[in-house]
Amino acid sequence: MALLMDPFDALGSFQQALDAYRTSGWLDSSVSGGGAYPPVNVFRKGDDFIIIVELPGVRKSDLDVQVKGRTIRLAGAKTVGYPDKSALHRRERLAGRFDRAITMPVEINPEGVKAEYRHGVLALFLPRAESEKRKSIKVA
Amino acid sequence: MAEKQELSVREKKELVAKEEKTIPGRYYVPYADIYETDDELAVVLEMPGVEKKDLNVALENDVLRVDGQIDFAKYKDMEPVYTEYNVGHYARSFTLSNKVDQEKISANLEDGVLTLTLPKARHAQPRKIAIG
Repeated sequence: MALLMDPFDALGSFQQALDAYRTSGWLDSSVSGGGAYPPVNVFRKGDDFIIIVELPGVRKSDLDVQVKGRTIRLAGAKTVGYPDKSALHRRERLAGRFDRAITMPVEINPEGVKAEYRHGVLALFLPRAESEKRKSIKVA
Repeated sequence: MAEKQELSVREKKELVAKEEKTIPGRYYVPYADIYETDDELAVVLEMPGVEKKDLNVALENDVLRVDGQIDFAKYKDMEPVYTEYNVGHYARSFTLSNKVDQEKISANLEDGVLTLTLPKARHAQPRKIAIG
């Protein structure tokens, strides 16, 4: 990343970076269980990871997040409702159950995992497990 | 009526507008459901990540324009390592018929879902005709 970020560039380059990692093989041997919904974005912040998922209109009670070892399981149901006596003119929103498991390349510390659901976006903060912390090597 | 559509991954549709924007950032088209009851038309848009303060709903010349911006400051210091979807602002516009009472349009944003309620004008509401 450039040292001096023009705020107008920051946005464009962020979006370009997201596109560049579309074909990243970072999570190669992962993503199983039921299907590819919901699509996730995985970010790294220092030593820890953050998974961001877009799940608009999902009730917190319909969301189930589980962590074990390196796997994060994200399950739940997305519901879309209409009043009884309504005529549907256009239907583009999808609804249904989802169940997805994501395997991280490092062990996660389950105690430190935090999940936040705001404005239709679920953010999972995944701290790296102590056993996986890297050691800094001094260069002579 | 179509059967229940199953959850599947769809690429976000990028907005191709006649006029280009002068501010940076890609715009995507939010998914919309439109349904009608006896008293009103409702347009429900999915715009995850958009907060009330960044949402703009405007009505001009019978065109209802919805513009929701994403706050990219949240992504500061985060390096993407694996991405499956892109993040951007949302915009969509609808031309309203004269069935809609434009004075009484209301909007409600919750969990990234915007519900626009467009009450029908008096003359458009269904009326029972009494048989003499």
